[in-house]
Amino acid sequence: MSEYKQADIVIIGGGPAGLAAAAAARDAGEDSILILERDSRLGGILNQCIHNGFGLHTFEEELTGPEYAQRFIDMVEERKTDYKLNTMVLSIGRDKVVTAMNREDGLFQVQAKAVILAMGCRERPRGALNIPGYRPAGIFTAGTAQRLVNIEGYLPGREIVILGSGDIGLIMARRMTLEGAKVKVVAELMPYSGGLKRNIVQCLNDFNIPLKLSHTVVDIRGKKRVEGVTIAQVDSHGKPIPGTEEDYTCDTLLLSCGLIPENELSAQMGVEMNPVTKGPMVNESLETNVEGVFACGNVLHVHDLVDFVSEEAENAGRNAVKYVRAMGCPEGGKKTEAVPVLATDGVRYTVPVCVRPDYMDDRLIVRFRVGNVYRDHYIAVYLNDERILHRKRQILAPGEMEQVILDREKLRNVPDLRQIRVCLEKD
Amino acid sequence: MYDAVIIGAGVSGSAAARELSRFRGNFCVLEKEEDVCCGTSKANSAIVHAGFDAPEGSLMAELNVEGNRMMGELSEELDFPFQRIGSLVICTDESDRGKLQELLERGRANGVPDLRIVEREELRKMEPNVSDDAVAALYAPTGGIVCPFLLNIAMAENAAVNGVEFRFNTKVNGIEKTEKGFCLHTNNGDVSARTVVNAAGVYADVIHGMVSREKIHITPRKGEYYLLDKSAGKHVSHTIFSLPTKMGKGVLVTPTVHGNLLVGPTAVDIEDREGVNTTASGLAEVAAKASGSVKNVPLRSVITSFAGLRAHEDRHEFIVREAEDAPGFVDCAGIESPGLTASPAIGKRAASIIRGILHLESDPEFCGTRKGILNPSRLSKEERNELIRKHPEYGTIICRCESISEGEILDAIHRPLGAKSLDGVKRRVRAGMGRCQAGFCSPKVMEILAREVPGLRMDQVTKSGGASGLIVGTDKDRL
Repeated sequence: MSEYKQADIVIIGGGPAGLAAAAAARDAGEDSILILERDSRLGGILNQCIHNGFGLHTFEEELTGPEYAQRFIDMVEERKTDYKLNTMVLSIGRDKVVTAMNREDGLFQVQAKAVILAMGCRERPRGALNIPGYRPAGIFTAGTAQRLVNIEGYLPGREIVILGSGDIGLIMARRMTLEGAKVKVVAELMPYSGGLKRNIVQCLNDFNIPLKLSHTVVDIRGKKRVEGVTIAQVDSHGKPIPGTEEDYTCDTLLLSCGLIPENELSAQMGVEMNPVTKGPMVNESLETNVEGVFACGNVLHVHDLVDFVSEEAENAGRNAVKYVRAMGCPEGGKKTEAVPVLATDGVRYTVPVCVRPDYMDDRLIVRFRVGNVYRDHYIAVYLNDERILHRKRQILAPGEMEQVILDREKLRNVPDLRQIRVCLEKD
Repeated sequence: MYDAVIIGAGVSGSAAARELSRFRGNFCVLEKEEDVCCGTSKANSAIVHAGFDAPEGSLMAELNVEGNRMMGELSEELDFPFQRIGSLVICTDESDRGKLQELLERGRANGVPDLRIVEREELRKMEPNVSDDAVAALYAPTGGIVCPFLLNIAMAENAAVNGVEFRFNTKVNGIEKTEKGFCLHTNNGDVSARTVVNAAGVYADVIHGMVSREKIHITPRKGEYYLLDKSAGKHVSHTIFSLPTKMGKGVLVTPTVHGNLLVGPTAVDIEDREGVNTTASGLAEVAAKASGSVKNVPLRSVITSFAGLRAHEDRHEFIVREAEDAPGFVDCAGIESPGLTASPAIGKRAASIIRGILHLESDPEFCGTRKGILNPSRLSKEERNELIRKHPEYGTIICRCESISEGEILDAIHRPLGAKSLDGVKRRVRAGMGRCQAGFCSPKVMEILAREVPGLRMDQVTKSGGASGLIVGTDKDRL
């Protein structure tokens, strides 16, 4: 117990991001990799996502969550990558000493050369939403309910109201209906849904479940178990409008009101966070301000589609290998000037937040979200003051992640490149 | 026939039970809920008040100061978290200095040690985030913070270990005076006792009215709170009060013993004795008042809100005495703030009255110490590894946010008066009390409860006993 282990790359989390990063790092020639996973199996949250629709981009197939996870678990197994299950990482030092714990090894430390953060995200709980009322049993986040239904086989309630139209909430509206529960309504605070269009169609419309936009829960009744909730319409500031209250009898309130990247370990080690995404600020290599510490997947920014998580994580894996290799070279750690990527005019954030053209691949995907619903707008990219992209979109919504691709040659050809700007334009 | 029956397993009842367990006799606690610490004791400011608020000469002042004095030693005997961090009453208006002086003098008269006024500059050094308007403050170094759950649980556990019987889910519906004492009618049959301690919290007037014509009238006074993430826990380092108003002590801002930040409470009189719901207006009031004495309170880091009820008696005074028209019936009534602080003294006083009535003898086998649930994060790396080698369940983390291992949860379930519900586990080891508010760990804790509590199936696991079941059936059971 407690010997000082060594690994070139330690990956925190064995969900879709961690697995893809591990496989890609192995394919790039790295053989000293260790994945630390807190759950009893690899695959992360995909294990409870038994609906289909995963892998359309990656495998051009419609897989279930566990099937999609298994493809990557198989890759990791085939590549004989080390992993530890039921292992909780307690801290990561700036010196990349990872302190973790499990039943077999006790408290142990691993000295890594590079660390890949792939811890995923958590759901925003009731308390953080400021919903007044009682605190009885029967209030679950959608993901907790999903675990109870899909992994444990238990029904958390029979008459359901869902607050929030995030993807998990929409998926659970359908799931609970299929399990024999009655989903009475989905209320969404914003005037638009936070979920994917396809989920609204397939999970609500197909089951005649009403979606009430610009509505929220203003009271929860029931001292021991939920007996009902009150829903009210909200004004443009999100404040409930008196007189619009409607009572619903129900035994369960499911919450799908946003996901928060789990960055407690990252923050503790001094990784700088983007206040918009609540994830680390990363450069083109998905490297944080702490050299040799990379981030990918939902811990970096919350994704809609796991396919993009995998792709992003593969990049992080490859870049971590490059970093480990360069450590031995004299010019290895040399940093070139990073060009900031600015998000303006309706674009809320970008990942990455800066680009070093010398380090980027030929093509670099910049992902972002918009802050509102925009119709007939253009996505524009500027290098300094020169517009290099102007793409019309009929509709842009916060619930759908967008991307633009930057070409390395184009960046290099701009003399004195000071900034890259991603924005929305009307005409 | 019990020598004494205590009604209520909150802090007062549990303190009385522990104090009685020092003596030879048969004692029993009746609690209507499934666990100890389910009413006022679980939802309050978690403050150990110095004792300058209550009127000079009042029982409230006396027991507050005495309870404060007892708390340090008690926390060592019973191994619960208590920190004497000191408190500050902030004055933000030069014209209110008189009120500050009044508090200082009252505190000194009440016997509060080391009170003094600190001026603007010193105050800023002590509390950099104090309001820019603050001109001075009353500093009480003896003020402190405590874990209210573990104070309550520790006293109850220690009473149980010393032979006091606890009957849960047992509600007293009526009391009859008998030749030898009292017969208590409960939902679980009759219980006879020579004496009764009424520690029924917001129901103390109802219980009192079953045997006595003396008038006690309790109003549930609701207080709503915000609990903030640990990232905000260092925003202040003392308990920060605003100068009191007619409706109570105003909104306070304080760190908790677990490193969170607590802001509240409101003070609204209600009728429903179970009305622990939060309200939009109450929470808005807390948010608005939060900035009264402390600036930039990071309300975006709120992880939960809750409401508690104080048992406010019309005379705003503790009633700890034998009812004149019901010999052998001892009230602990009107135990509102600073009741948590005073509880050890309240228990002592109630027990000593019972002792006098029954002429109880000391029990030489009484053991006044208790070891709390082992907190592995306080161990050295070597000690922790030794623990995991012997008990591997300490190597499995169940609650990520608070880093609580399976070993701690098993301890919470299997110790005397162990946890039987999610909330029971939460109050004992904090699993589910962190920033994700049990999203990840509740299914796991449910599984552990179903595995470890004899006769409890997964579909019978509750949040807080009774009708608070978490699961209504299995998948497709109605298709």
